[in-house]
Amino acid sequence: MPDQLILTANIANADDFYADLLEAHEGRSHTESDALNARLVLILANHIGDSEILSQALAAATSKPA
Amino acid sequence: MNKIFQEPLYPYSRSPDQDAAMPVRHKVIVIGAGPVGLAAAIDLAQQGVEVLVVDDNEKVSFGSRAICFAKRQLEILDRLGCGQPFVDKGVEWDVGKVYFDDRQVYEFNLLSEDGHRRPAFINLQQYYFEKFLIDRVRELQDQGAPIEIRGRNKVEAIGTHDDHVKLEVETPEGAYTLEADWLLACDGATSATRKMLGIDFVGRVFEDNFLIADVIMQADFPSERRFWFDPPFNRGQSALLHKQPDDVWRIDLQLGWDIDKEHETKHENVIPRLKAMLGDEIDFELEWVSIYTFQCRRMEEFRHGRVLFAGDSAHQVSPFGARGANSGVQDTDNLVWKLKLVLDGQAPDTLLDSYNYERVQGADENILNSSRSTDFITPKSDVSRLFRDAVLDLSEQFEFARPLVNSGRLSKPCRYVGSPLTSADALEGPSDTRPGAPCVDAPLGENFLLDKLGDRFILLTIDADAPDLLEEDGVTVTRLALSVRDDPTLALKRRYLGDADSAVYLIRPDQHVAARRETFDESQFRAAIRRATGKE
Repeated sequence: MPDQLILTANIANADDFYADLLEAHEGRSHTESDALNARLVLILANHIGDSEILSQALAAATSKPA
Repeated sequence: MNKIFQEPLYPYSRSPDQDAAMPVRHKVIVIGAGPVGLAAAIDLAQQGVEVLVVDDNEKVSFGSRAICFAKRQLEILDRLGCGQPFVDKGVEWDVGKVYFDDRQVYEFNLLSEDGHRRPAFINLQQYYFEKFLIDRVRELQDQGAPIEIRGRNKVEAIGTHDDHVKLEVETPEGAYTLEADWLLACDGATSATRKMLGIDFVGRVFEDNFLIADVIMQADFPSERRFWFDPPFNRGQSALLHKQPDDVWRIDLQLGWDIDKEHETKHENVIPRLKAMLGDEIDFELEWVSIYTFQCRRMEEFRHGRVLFAGDSAHQVSPFGARGANSGVQDTDNLVWKLKLVLDGQAPDTLLDSYNYERVQGADENILNSSRSTDFITPKSDVSRLFRDAVLDLSEQFEFARPLVNSGRLSKPCRYVGSPLTSADALEGPSDTRPGAPCVDAPLGENFLLDKLGDRFILLTIDADAPDLLEEDGVTVTRLALSVRDDPTLALKRRYLGDADSAVYLIRPDQHVAARRETFDESQFRAAIRRATGKE
């Protein structure tokens, strides 16, 4: 496990993943979509596990360029 | 106004066919003298097949229309003997900039891969594309090739029979009847042929309109592609700026669905929009304005007996990713050699069913990719927009998000994996050249590999033995013997051998790989030839 959050491209077929992601949301209400996103974040976070990586991910997601 | 639009390139003139007592039968008639119909006709004629092109017009198409031509198309044009003028005139660009809201989020540089004769793509107005193809038609005619174009010949009715097709053709001097062994319908998205035969489309209409403008700017504007998501000058929509030859710039502005088309195309309404985008200080002249509404859909079958549909008449995509004219030329690349074998009696006419199989596969890939780009550019739900905007936000700081930004994926040729003509892969070789894939170019000293392929079956051997000539049930296969030493850059080795020590490739006339193995095995390659010609 790397001790550094990966911020370079790391998904082999990114377009396929993106299409699958949107398909999972298809037909859901706003609230249902929010809930789906929350579940997804928690599942992926559990898969990562490493608290150092998770805090780097939180920092990346909350940082907004000026 | 550009002179090229006004000059009749194939003006009407009376044909002896119009005075014949009985309808004259042609081998192949092509309806439509656009990029696809002309490419088909040139391909047929240079292989000695008699072909007649009819079109209700007599000039090139008006406005830039299709402007981006990918490497595979340039390679096909090389095979048609006319790639150079397109590349000489076309514009190459490599810097692209992506904007979101009021800021540039990132910039990329498309570095072309070495060891290919042709660039990844060029920008060129469709009218030049058509003009250069007409030039090639004239050149072939001067050499005595059996090709003819009849302008202002409008097909009004089509009768289909088991062994021929009958056409009623209207001209300025009245109607006449023609017959053809085979009919190619290359008459575009609104195909009259399709309507006359009562065949419809399946697919999806995208509810959107795009304002397309060709603008002439002499200003010192950088040669780069710019794409805006949700810019201040076109809120909630997208915009694209692309360079073409002759200081002509192509601008696409997304307008949304519920618009007044007549109002939007008036120059006094277009110019303020363009000024907001380009800045007040830039002088420009408006050459062409049009509104584009698109569909992503295809016919269920591209072959209907002796009528074969190619290009937009058979399938339509959104403009993102340059998959319209590009895929149409790939259709004819796939079709013509098969038609030639059938006409010469060297293959059963069921070989043409593989045209349907393979090009439906190509159309589905193009529809998938262009639908995805469209969904990214014009998100159809709140959550789709949420993710789109998140990707764009992240792309400014983080490289990983950039491949997810989808403003069009450049057209790549289809690999006919799973096609009934494609043999199973029997080489532990590179995936890019596996059976079904189009051959990847490679340098051979002063020349390039693709220049040595095309129009006929080739047995490419790389450091392997094989007979110089192989004949299987009327189909002749010629050997091209190469060694990895022929290419000091080792691109040939990387692209065709991988870790293998040698390779033998069976290559179709359209430069797609039909079969490959490490060494020559006569019975296996004879079977592969039969399979590739619809006999297995």
